[in-house]
Amino acid sequence: MTRMDFLLIAPELWILTMTCVILVVDLYIKEERRGIVHLLGMVTLVFAAIITLRGDYGIDGTNSVLAFNGAFIRDQMGDVLKLFSYLVLAIVFIYAKFCLREFRMFRSDFYTLTLEALLGIMLLISANNLVMVYLGLELLALSSYTLVAYDRESKIGSEAAIKYFVLGSMASGILLYGMSMIYGATGSLDLQEVAAAVGNLSGDNYLLVFGLVFLVVGLAFKLGVVPFHMWIPDVYQGAPVAITLFIASVPKMAAFAMAFRLLQTGLGDLQGDWSQMLSVLAVLSIILGNLAAIAQTNIKRMLAYSTISHMGFVLMGLLPGTAAGYGAGMFYIIVYSLMSAAGFGMVILLSARGVEADKLDDFKGLNQRNSWYAAVMAMVMFSMAGVPVFVGFFAKWLVIKAALDAGLMWLAIIAVVFSVVGAFYYLRVVKLMYFDEPVTESRIEAPVDFRTVISLNGIMMLGLGIFSSSLIAVCMASFGA
Amino acid sequence: MTSNWPILSLLIWLPILGGLAVIAVGDERAPLARLLALVISGLTFIFSIVLFTGFDTTTAAMQFTETKPWIESLDVFYSLGVDGFSVPLILLTTFFGILVVVAGWESIQVKVNQYMAAFLIMEGLMVGVFASLDALLFYAFFEAMLIPMFLVIGMWGGPRRVYATIKFFLYTFLGSVFMLIGLIYLYIQSGTWSILEWHQFPLALGVQKWLFLGFLAAFSVKIPMWPVHTWLPDAHVEAPTGGSVILAAIMLKIGGYGFIRFSLPITPDASAALDWLMISLSLIAVVYIGFVALVQQDMKKLIAYSSISHMGFVTLGMFIAFAVFQNTDNGRGAALGVEGAMVQMISHGFVSGALFLCVGVLYDRLHSRMIADYGGVANTMPWFAALAVLFFMANSGLPGTSGFVGEFMVILAAFQANFWYAFLAALTLILGAAYSLWLVKRVIFGEVANNEVANLEDINAREAFVLGTLAVAVLLVGLWPAPLVELMHVSVDSLLQHIQQPKFVLTGG
Repeated sequence: MTRMDFLLIAPELWILTMTCVILVVDLYIKEERRGIVHLLGMVTLVFAAIITLRGDYGIDGTNSVLAFNGAFIRDQMGDVLKLFSYLVLAIVFIYAKFCLREFRMFRSDFYTLTLEALLGIMLLISANNLVMVYLGLELLALSSYTLVAYDRESKIGSEAAIKYFVLGSMASGILLYGMSMIYGATGSLDLQEVAAAVGNLSGDNYLLVFGLVFLVVGLAFKLGVVPFHMWIPDVYQGAPVAITLFIASVPKMAAFAMAFRLLQTGLGDLQGDWSQMLSVLAVLSIILGNLAAIAQTNIKRMLAYSTISHMGFVLMGLLPGTAAGYGAGMFYIIVYSLMSAAGFGMVILLSARGVEADKLDDFKGLNQRNSWYAAVMAMVMFSMAGVPVFVGFFAKWLVIKAALDAGLMWLAIIAVVFSVVGAFYYLRVVKLMYFDEPVTESRIEAPVDFRTVISLNGIMMLGLGIFSSSLIAVCMASFGA
Repeated sequence: MTSNWPILSLLIWLPILGGLAVIAVGDERAPLARLLALVISGLTFIFSIVLFTGFDTTTAAMQFTETKPWIESLDVFYSLGVDGFSVPLILLTTFFGILVVVAGWESIQVKVNQYMAAFLIMEGLMVGVFASLDALLFYAFFEAMLIPMFLVIGMWGGPRRVYATIKFFLYTFLGSVFMLIGLIYLYIQSGTWSILEWHQFPLALGVQKWLFLGFLAAFSVKIPMWPVHTWLPDAHVEAPTGGSVILAAIMLKIGGYGFIRFSLPITPDASAALDWLMISLSLIAVVYIGFVALVQQDMKKLIAYSSISHMGFVTLGMFIAFAVFQNTDNGRGAALGVEGAMVQMISHGFVSGALFLCVGVLYDRLHSRMIADYGGVANTMPWFAALAVLFFMANSGLPGTSGFVGEFMVILAAFQANFWYAFLAALTLILGAAYSLWLVKRVIFGEVANNEVANLEDINAREAFVLGTLAVAVLLVGLWPAPLVELMHVSVDSLLQHIQQPKFVLTGG
């Protein structure tokens, strides 16, 4: 272990330190001054971004740096995903502060737990070793289970947390089992060495392929794709909306990175095998996610099914195993996180005085109550539906292009047809906001930071779409495409 | 002086940004919103005149071109340009831009700023569709245009507006995603999004056919062709007057424009191979939908079906060219067909727009669109009756009006292809006259039907301005179509030359 190793994990160390600091500081401040914790959280993220950006280690699309004997990797994909994790988490903090205050749940646990989860996310993004992957995953998962049960009084929340915990542990177990088989077949935990060993194996190696299957199942659970999606709607609905906001946005980026590291870096030679599995998962997710979302009356549940279909699209980017495909998947996951944050942010905005606005009907007549927020939600919905020139379109476009590049015409056709099906339920939200009469006339109130951020988040849908060029270029360059 | 201006960008972004400014005016200050919208649409129209006067009719090359990189890593360019096909349609768009603002002046009373803004933004996007030379840019405008129309129908429409507008959106969306796959495929093959380069890009016949079907999915819904037309009557009936006008006058033309810009030049051999499909669908639209129009009880629905039938002429004119090539040596007949289709599009823009405005005038007074609720309107609204009769005559293709010119050209072209095509197409002259004049008889002439009709007031100055302008346009195109034809003549010839050369020979496919 050299000084360099520690420099490379400086952002992670910083987050860890600040999590402990917040934990201690909270002991000494009074209830009414808890805003300080929020401020510390924001400062943590800002400095984490600065630290991540600062060090010049010669990282670019093709060059990466290893630390701790290859257990940890710094590359462009990782750094970009980490930066977006900070950004989205900062948005989450601002939305959540307002929400938790409204619901009288504004405690510092939220900040320590989410920062802990962020640490897990960062380790997962940078993991280059099967054990590291598992450690990052568990750190993220345990924090998430706790967060779902954040509202102790809520029965539905506890139920969701238990369900999440049981299913999540099982998935972790399966993943670990798969890893052990891969270790058995290749004799190494290091992803590069695994890749080299896989390249040297000749013929069908059943142990390896079995390991791969278990690995894919574990990944599918974490991404929440059909048929391993059952936890998503219940957890999204059961958790307090501030927590759903978190779970639905930042961790997805880690899941993408994990999928890339395990499948491409580690088992790239088995692309033919995993690509078939992923295509089944992708098709099922896109179909079931979009169809089931139509039947929902609860917007958190609707967005949960919509997430499932979005993850299907992300898999479509991963499965061709091409640089352009990974770039497309990465762009999609970043865009998805921002869209999802904005969508749940709007749910928070409409929630008032301890009652969550989680019914679709709560959006009725929003245009008459406040036309700007209606426009924000409309932009989010059109973006999720993939209508140009909103950013969601460009995400779908890149992914479909990646699939067509790989000659997967049938997959592309299923994807576009079901995105039309999906457009229906997004349009229904727009319909409720614009064409229906409001059920309540109560004013929509929120602190100024919340209003600013949600507005920017909405404008992002359009702005990132029209000026998508640089973000696309960064994502593509991360994989040398 | 004006030649160096990015005039097309101005025509696209002025109404879009202006629309955002109109939204910013706010709900409470409706008069200001109206005025601002009028000023912006007026300015846009004036700038589009520059486009017309500066346009060189002696070349088929793209003019007023602008090219800037948009998404560099994927070779997407913000690339604009116009030729003889797009200029008339852009002028039509900016012209109607003013008319819908004026037409909605009094009849829209809620959320005036959003109404005006939606139309301005839509205008900018539609100009964008006609001016794009980059396929992805085209697609972005083509789809984005649905959003304001979706909101217009849904917010200011009739009782079944939600059903109609969602149907409208999903139908068109479904059609265009297939085109998107085709466009991406073309990009993967050719490495460019430039529509003009695609025109020259060789493709095997089998591939062309699939691409053709992809384009057909998008444009046949938009134009619309039988049997994917069912969204149109619903959308028209439920839309507010302005929405119907834009839908009929401009949006349908985008489908026709798409055929000219994409299907014919990019997949000429598939167009030739599948022209039987297009001709049969067109003739079914002309004849069958003509009969359907005859039995409608609702005026807007009747005009909607009549639109579908007229659009059948447009597709017929475009795809008859291949049959004409087989029968005759000179390309004159084919040119007649394509030019007729273009003239028909412009003329139908004026006429259907005017007809929907006429229905709007009646609807504002009596709040009914049913034919049975009217009768003898001429007695109480003589000025209105005079104009309405003119437009219905034009709709039935009376010589001297614009409706005649396009239909006549297409029928002449059809004669050179096959007598029976022409015979079936010419049936429209009878059917069109039947449903148009029968409507005139029942609504406008005869005894005053009831007290409400007896109390009708004739059109005011604002309505007279709108309808009068259109009447002038209809007569102008009818009596003196030469400037319009001249505008597109060179482009038509170059298109026809292009589609006669097989593309697939080059690849040996």
